Amino acid sequence: MNLPTFLGGVHPPEGKALTENKAVEILRPEDTREFVYPLALHIGAPCSPIVKKGDVVLAGQKIADTDAFVSAPKYSAVSGTVKAIEPRMAFTGAMEPSIVIESDGKYTPAPTLHDLLGHKPAPSEYVKLIRESGLVGLGGACFPTHVKLSPPKDKVIRWVIVNAAECEPYLTCDNRLMIDSPDEIIKGLEFVLEIFPQAQGVIGIENNKPEAIRIMTEHNKNPKISVMPLKVKYPQGAEKMLIKSVTGQEVPLVPALPADVGCIVLNTRTTWQIYQAIANGKPVTERIVTVTGDAIVEPKNLQVPLGLNVRELINACGGFSDEPVKVISGGPMMGIAMRSIDVPVVKGTSGILALTSKLAYIAEEGSCIRCGKCVEACPMHLEPTLLDHAVRRRDYATFEAHGGMNCIECGSCAYNCPASRHLTQSYKNGKAAVNAERRKAAAEAKKKAEAK
Amino acid sequence: MAEKLVVSTSPHVHSEFSTRRIMGMVILALLPAGITGVYFLGLSSLCVIAACILACVISEWFWNKFVMHRKNTIGDLSAVVTGLLLAYNLPPTIPIWMAVCGCVFAIIVVKEFYGGIGCNIVNPALAARAMMLISWPTAMTTWTIAGMSGATPLAAMKAGSEVSVSLWNMSAGNMAGCIGETSSILLILGGLYLIWEEVISWRIPVIYIATTAILAQLFGHGAACTEVLTGGLLLGAIFMATDYTTSPMTAKGQYIYAFGCGLLTALIRTWGGYPEGVSFSILIMNIAVPLIDMYTEPRTFGAPKSNFFKRTEAKS
Repeated sequence: MNLPTFLGGVHPPEGKALTENKAVEILRPEDTREFVYPLALHIGAPCSPIVKKGDVVLAGQKIADTDAFVSAPKYSAVSGTVKAIEPRMAFTGAMEPSIVIESDGKYTPAPTLHDLLGHKPAPSEYVKLIRESGLVGLGGACFPTHVKLSPPKDKVIRWVIVNAAECEPYLTCDNRLMIDSPDEIIKGLEFVLEIFPQAQGVIGIENNKPEAIRIMTEHNKNPKISVMPLKVKYPQGAEKMLIKSVTGQEVPLVPALPADVGCIVLNTRTTWQIYQAIANGKPVTERIVTVTGDAIVEPKNLQVPLGLNVRELINACGGFSDEPVKVISGGPMMGIAMRSIDVPVVKGTSGILALTSKLAYIAEEGSCIRCGKCVEACPMHLEPTLLDHAVRRRDYATFEAHGGMNCIECGSCAYNCPASRHLTQSYKNGKAAVNAERRKAAAEAKKKAEAK
Repeated sequence: MAEKLVVSTSPHVHSEFSTRRIMGMVILALLPAGITGVYFLGLSSLCVIAACILACVISEWFWNKFVMHRKNTIGDLSAVVTGLLLAYNLPPTIPIWMAVCGCVFAIIVVKEFYGGIGCNIVNPALAARAMMLISWPTAMTTWTIAGMSGATPLAAMKAGSEVSVSLWNMSAGNMAGCIGETSSILLILGGLYLIWEEVISWRIPVIYIATTAILAQLFGHGAACTEVLTGGLLLGAIFMATDYTTSPMTAKGQYIYAFGCGLLTALIRTWGGYPEGVSFSILIMNIAVPLIDMYTEPRTFGAPKSNFFKRTEAKS
């Protein structure tokens, strides 16, 4: 059977069997402990605290917000007292200003978003409510959802795609969510379709989740929504690849957005959370985290309050069976290796993956042998080795000229490279350098203009 | 528990492919044809093979250790492949010292002078063979083995005489020729193994062989099947033209490259001064690879479909 797909990509070992048949367990510590909420967002402007040291907060109370458009507020998942506002280590390894809350273990609920609004929201208020609920892309990129749902006025949205591909190896949290609560996801999508009346809804699921496909199809009664099985191939869940697979269209080069081809792509958990925000007035305070890897005693899917220490999650899974070499926030292809496991769970923590040296070895880099396996793998149809050479000789003009800024950092090329070259790292460096140069040029141009 | 975690960029997992593993599979695919070569052409072939491998590996080791003072790269097995390929392209009667000279030339001049593995612009084994053919033309074209003296089928065709070897003997390898090029069946099996393991793609060998066979027949040089089974075409098309470093990286580039190899081989076989043209065809196409790569750069996902010659400028 020819399932919809894109050109390029790789087939890393899936590793999903460890957790895909395990129902989600709820981890909700009822003793007194610290919960940490970093103020910075992965993408977007940082928030400012709206509580101060010594304040009493309730579970689901807003603790930080900002006026910036590309950002989202933060909520406390627990009730307790603000213990400090100080730098704490985030999963990226950086010390981020954070709100530290000492929980009382009671989870006393705060008024819901509906209570604050005073009435059930109308479709025209959905986007505002979604922003208010603190929703960001829960697949890991953490892009604020209300920004996605506010496309330029001249763009007609014809597709709202639920990204249920979950192409990252090892992760099964979206798969479990579809099996456990299909109706909420479909209703969440229906709410979004109310915002975009000309759009049809598509739920794109990789074909290695037959149960989720079956359940979603059975529960879907809406003729405007369809469930589409997709070919199993990494990175099927990358936004541009998913749009290509589902609609056959290519999103133009950066800085074009999915809205330019009439698409909005939302992660499964995000769609579920949209339902919670609009139907129940609930902000984002919890998420499902796949805790897995060959260094974990008993891999599980855990539903945890945000702000909880990652170490607690690992302990809830029996701890380490073997010494981990890497503990990754996210999946093995795009996740971020953590410096410490004493960091809080944030909105984008889709998985905690602990790998032993058997899987997470760092091979020594060899010379490029021009085998072309990176070219074959690149879903953006770039020539990774060419760009890599350009970055290493700091020739950023060549890097840009050959489309380097379009790299989506999926890691397919580096996965495939027989010489184990650190290709993805090169592009990250290259993109950062080009962006820095652009910022510098823009600042200089501004200075010149001001001088005149 | 004392934890010291490794931090690095994604991806954190890696496919099982490594340069060493790829080279190992190429060696494995080449072995059967070599064993048949030794069986039909005599033990002197074995000496040539052993001498070539040793000379190549030692040259590379020496160069890295005493000239460049850098980490040795012989572990990637690419020098073994070069030695094996050069040996397969030599007649069994070649004096060992000549073979060793060829190996030193292949590794030091063709490969290491340009920067080592991945940086050479032409195939080291083929460049060495071309050098030897020019330097020692008689030794390189004499196939005198007990019971099997005389000309190769291609030399006979060039001289205008009848080809006396049966198709079966051509397929099995029971004819005069270089050590590794005679056993067509085993070379094809080796190629199928490499395609199956995704070490090489079908594009270069299939298009190269088909182009030569069809064009040589059209040019009136010989029957298509004789063209395929004789000379170094199979060895060249499956194992030499597919050398990663000296072939294009994109599918489109590989089509052009393979067609060019096939066209040149048919031209040389029909009208050229040498009976065989595989080595020179591949060498000529090798140096055209940077140009082919430049014009066959894939269109970036999302980039407008553009005119062939404006391809590179169209990206932003």
